[in-house]
Amino acid sequence: MSNTGQGAATARRVRKRPADQAFRGITTGAGVLILVVLAGVAAFLLIEAWPSFVAPAEEIPGEGGLVLYIWPLVFGTLLASVLALVIAAPLAVLIALFITHYAPRKLAQFLGYVVDLLAAVPSIIYGLWGFTVLAPATRGPAEWLHEYLGFVPLFAGPPSTTGRTMFTTALVLAVMILPIVTAVIREAFLQTPKLHEEASLALGATRLEMIRMAVLPFGSSSIISGSMLGLGRALGETMAVAIVLSASGGVTFNLISSGNPATIAANIALEFPESSGVAIDTLIASGLVLFAITLVVNMIARAVINRRTDFSGAS
Amino acid sequence: MAKRIDVKDLDIYYGSFRAVRSVSMTIQPRAVTALIGPSGCGKSTYLRALNRMHELIPSARVEGKVVMDDQDLYAPGMDPVDVRKHVGMVFQRPNPFPTMSIYDNVAAGLRLNNKRLRKSETDEVVEESLRGANLWEEVKDRLRKPGSGLSGGQQQRLCIARAIAVRPDVLLMDEPCSALDPISTHAVEDLMAQLKENYTIVIVTHNMQQAARVSNYTGFFNIAGTGQPGELVEIDETPTIFSTPTHTATEEYISGRFG
Ligand SMILES: Nc1ncnc2c1ncn2[C@@H]1O[C@H](COP(=O)(O)OP(=O)(O)O)[C@@H](O)[C@H]1O
Ligand SMILES: [Mg+2]
Repeated sequence: MSNTGQGAATARRVRKRPADQAFRGITTGAGVLILVVLAGVAAFLLIEAWPSFVAPAEEIPGEGGLVLYIWPLVFGTLLASVLALVIAAPLAVLIALFITHYAPRKLAQFLGYVVDLLAAVPSIIYGLWGFTVLAPATRGPAEWLHEYLGFVPLFAGPPSTTGRTMFTTALVLAVMILPIVTAVIREAFLQTPKLHEEASLALGATRLEMIRMAVLPFGSSSIISGSMLGLGRALGETMAVAIVLSASGGVTFNLISSGNPATIAANIALEFPESSGVAIDTLIASGLVLFAITLVVNMIARAVINRRTDFSGAS
Repeated sequence: MAKRIDVKDLDIYYGSFRAVRSVSMTIQPRAVTALIGPSGCGKSTYLRALNRMHELIPSARVEGKVVMDDQDLYAPGMDPVDVRKHVGMVFQRPNPFPTMSIYDNVAAGLRLNNKRLRKSETDEVVEESLRGANLWEEVKDRLRKPGSGLSGGQQQRLCIARAIAVRPDVLLMDEPCSALDPISTHAVEDLMAQLKENYTIVIVTHNMQQAARVSNYTGFFNIAGTGQPGELVEIDETPTIFSTPTHTATEEYISGRFG
């Protein structure tokens, strides 16, 4: 093994070509640059946040210390994002299935185009839409949920009169991440091997059964990676959340009341202009936590996908 | 089990292109019928019309009749899904489901047809089907391992086991050995000889020795030229086709003068 490796390396060295070498240098440089930027961002966050690590608890906004300040934000961020994903992921799978396996070709192309277009809409637009259209529209349903499902902690209420709730925020985020999640899953479904689809149909599977047998198992790792991509986007979404969510701090699963936890990104955007001194360092510390969360989410996604590659084998 | 198929004046089109013209033949039960002919003459197209798999291609359509015992497979109320439950298919490239174990591959069709099967019943059918496909001894200790871990020949027999697990009446095979090595080919050929006791088998093959070895009847398809439709030149008992065919085209093809 090592012999052949050396042999190949020697052969390559003999056949050096200037253009190849130069291009190789450029691509390597680009790869290194990405790592440098990533490390630089982490270092910047660490250095800038440092004073808040060592500051006495009463100097941190809220006067309860760093952990007490950041924890509700982490909670709010995760709650909004996970909820958005729970809404968006199944929808994305259905849309991708419709586009790839049900819609006539013309309609499928058009829908695919619309989905891609939606991904390009700036988040501020979604924020404005959420604030002016969706939030008021959720009041009725929220009251209904409270009345009939009030015993579920999620709908404990009392319903917010503005509709600018965690529930609305999650819906807006779900709409925002839907295109990217759908696009990733659609690509995977399009590549389902014909021979596995035919294998199930030849057994007398209906189209739905064929999808369960051949398409979904083949696309499962892409469903996960698409979802994680969407989750990453939801975690970091700032403007839309800042506009839509009326946050008052606190940790609660109550989705429809007016007392909502804030999210890290929106909190930074809203507080930053008014802050100074340790308050700024504290905001940056919360940014560091967000950075860490997105890294972890991406790493988990990678791990899940790698674990599944030997199973998805398109043979 | 093992039904007769009567095909009458079957034309098969892709859009406006007629790929197969006016085929009539009777496919005998409990026998292997081999279809031979130069490539592009419509053998696969014809085979897939027998279980309506061609309908996956939106532009494809047929005219004519395919009657299995007394059932018209193209009758207006006939569901292609039901047709395929009775007319199974094995493909050129082995295609076990990669995410399923060997056991689940064999049970896949069963679970479609009869969702409320007890575990012991499923076990039984899986073993029976794997035995029927001459694969049981090789895989009985690793039923829970992925089917994609088997050799090509084993995978193809797994696909045959999967197809016979749903107890079809007819088994269609489109060049089932063309991706296999000689030893695996031999194993699959042996299997066909066994399976014809219970099934009607139609096999497309490029390999004339194989047709001569495994089949009871041989049909020769030919094509006048590119862009022309494929036609059935003749079909007869295999020894007759290979010794005294009626048409010179058949004789020329089997003696290797073209194709
Ligand atoms: N999906 C398709 N769409 C259009 N034409 C096709 C399609 N599949 C096969 N054909 C055409 O039908 C003819 C017969 O093909 P095929 O049945 O695959 O032949 P064989 O199996 O005998 O090699 C060929 O001319 C081929 O180009
Ligand atoms: Mg063919």
